[in-house]
Amino acid sequence: MDHFPTNWGRPRNDAQDLYNTYPLHQRPNNTPKDVFADGVQRTQQPIVTGTSILAILYKDGIMMAADTLASYGSLSRFKTIQRLQSVGENTVIGASGDMSDFQYVQSILEELMIEEFTANDQNELGPAEIHEYLSRVYYARRSKMNPLWNSVLVGGKKDGKRFLAYVDLLGTTYSASTLATGYGAYIALPLLRSAVEGREDELTEEQAQKLLTDCMRVLFYRDARSLDKFQIAKVTDEGVVISDPIKLDTTWGFAEKIRGYGPQTQ
Amino acid sequence: MQTVDMQQLKSGEINLGTSIMAVQFKDGVVLGADSRTTSGSYIANRVSDKLTHIHDRIYCCRSGSAADTQAVADIVHYHLQMHTQQSGDRPSVHTAATLFEKLCYENKDALSAGIIVAGWDKDVGPSVYNIPLGGGLFKQPWAIGGSGSTYVYGYCDATYQDGWDRDQTVEFVKNTLALAMSRDGSSGGVIRMCVITEEGVERLFIPGNELPKFWEGVEVLPPLSFKPKQQDPSGPVPMAVEA
Amino acid sequence: MTSIGTGYDLSASTYSPDGRIFQVEYANKAVENSGTVIGLKVKDGIVFAVEKLIHSKLLVPEANKRIQTIDRHIGMATAGYLADGRQIANRARDEASNYRETYRTPPPLTELVTRLRLYVQAYTLYSSVRPFGCSTVIGAIDKNGPSLYVVEPSGIAYGYNGAAVGKGRQLAKTELEKLKLSELTTREAVFEAARIIYLVHDDAKEKEFELEMSWIGDESGGIHLPVPKDLHQEAEQKAKDALENFD
Repeated sequence: MDHFPTNWGRPRNDAQDLYNTYPLHQRPNNTPKDVFADGVQRTQQPIVTGTSILAILYKDGIMMAADTLASYGSLSRFKTIQRLQSVGENTVIGASGDMSDFQYVQSILEELMIEEFTANDQNELGPAEIHEYLSRVYYARRSKMNPLWNSVLVGGKKDGKRFLAYVDLLGTTYSASTLATGYGAYIALPLLRSAVEGREDELTEEQAQKLLTDCMRVLFYRDARSLDKFQIAKVTDEGVVISDPIKLDTTWGFAEKIRGYGPQTQ
Repeated sequence: MQTVDMQQLKSGEINLGTSIMAVQFKDGVVLGADSRTTSGSYIANRVSDKLTHIHDRIYCCRSGSAADTQAVADIVHYHLQMHTQQSGDRPSVHTAATLFEKLCYENKDALSAGIIVAGWDKDVGPSVYNIPLGGGLFKQPWAIGGSGSTYVYGYCDATYQDGWDRDQTVEFVKNTLALAMSRDGSSGGVIRMCVITEEGVERLFIPGNELPKFWEGVEVLPPLSFKPKQQDPSGPVPMAVEA
Repeated sequence: MTSIGTGYDLSASTYSPDGRIFQVEYANKAVENSGTVIGLKVKDGIVFAVEKLIHSKLLVPEANKRIQTIDRHIGMATAGYLADGRQIANRARDEASNYRETYRTPPPLTELVTRLRLYVQAYTLYSSVRPFGCSTVIGAIDKNGPSLYVVEPSGIAYGYNGAAVGKGRQLAKTELEKLKLSELTTREAVFEAARIIYLVHDDAKEKEFELEMSWIGDESGGIHLPVPKDLHQEAEQKAKDALENFD
């Protein structure tokens, strides 16, 4: 699938929208016109969007990372938005794609968790149940031709078992020891896989945090819809902890002596 | 029917979705640019140099298609070298700007190029010319361009004043570009600047982690619900609650 | 009740000539026959305690709870018909959820009680329904701090510092009045609540009962939770000891 939220719902055409600056709902529609389309289609498109989410398994549980930017087309519109959210004591979710849909999903999860709490049956939903629930919600909405425009990572640890899985606007699900959405699926996932796969039970918290920080840095270098401020969430036996925003250390000094695009030396 | 506008980029083309500017002051001009080159939302180059040497005391800032603007700059560079050989003197900034204008105007259907030309000559001293998309030529005391410029017109209008010295002008360029880069996803990386005076060309460089800082928001806005409260470990563990 | 048997007590939609609605008063009788429920509003929270009468040894211990959770920060205990109490709790949960959905913020208890009492009151208006046979002690910690209400079968709701309904309410109220409620911590209130329930329980008439307790306070993180097992046992033991010394 196309992991770029801004491309979802319309084929990419670089012949239009030079700088990706059109507010997304005003973008020219390049899809072939289907005369029946108006009758059956109420698919929207993402407007205020978040970019990649990264998540990995490690020795003590799972770790997830996301920057704090919500973009409006190419405008960096909201720079202090939290895209990671704890759900109960054992689960954390992170979303890329449309932020209004993510807020809606957060509110229905909140309602669900209160309903479960008031049942007072000594049973709490864990990451696996929340992921299954979300997959049903997303699939039901796509089946109404009115999808919730996100790709979501769900991670957690309950009863000593780690859990990490993906769900997107179509209701597609899969699970792995490393997951990423958006640009992260192209740029960060190979790095995550080579560092994590086969070492899920050895990776320490410090190593996991460094790995995610390194990947967030690469994404900041290469994703034009990203920010150098991000948060890390971890779920261990002790529960969920979402960090305060972390500023990335970046390297630019080597660029000082670069001149022009060819023979230029001045 | 959708018509494909040739001023737009071709599929996969490398884009200088950019923040560029040039400002004149008493003794010279300051040019500045970010360093981000994108293809879609992929950053193809994070340390590009968009300040292009045209002649000894003339530089340009390029925005639009990287391929188009490089070709145009190369042609103008060639013409100015020829001009220098034939006249035995440095070309004026106006001459350079006119050549850019000619190329951009006469090939407007094929080009996607927004260029700012600035420099110093002995006829008029410092000057800044803006050649936007259609190929018009506009002389300005200060010029901004590229996708990032749309976010900072207000700042420039509110801030710019005649009669600044070199350092004040450099500060203005630096702040304007930092503001544009912070809001425009198609701009970013480092700030490169050129100060051109009669004496020569001085290059300035601001690394991406040392950009001037403005309002950044105090903290991350919490999502809809609150953080789970810490529980007495001896007691039962409840769900998180909103405080 | 001089008008009993004169036909004015058959429907909640008919007044008696002296202006009473007998069906509502009968509903109150159902509450009066119930095991005692008390609620304490103290310095930093709310404590509920219920004298749950056990009518059969075959019942599973700790089943058929009479204290229910409405929202994370709201709890309630009912006296009277447990089935009616559950109906009211379900309605309260719907109202709380509805409030959250609309305003994206936890419902304040006053708002919830207002909605709940309108619901209960509606059942005093029609001949086709009977009023609820239960009184609801409902409490919460919301943005205004701790608060406690009782919703009666008539649909009236009063706010209280200490509330008691059911069989032993008179004695319980007397005991509650002796306490300096505004100075107690929630933990201290748990001991008082257990003591009062054991005190008002009439050993001669009712053999078995189960003490049910919950709290909302700083120690529970502002959440409505059963009182932790060890504290519950300690309070229960102290209550039994106090009773023996009292005798």
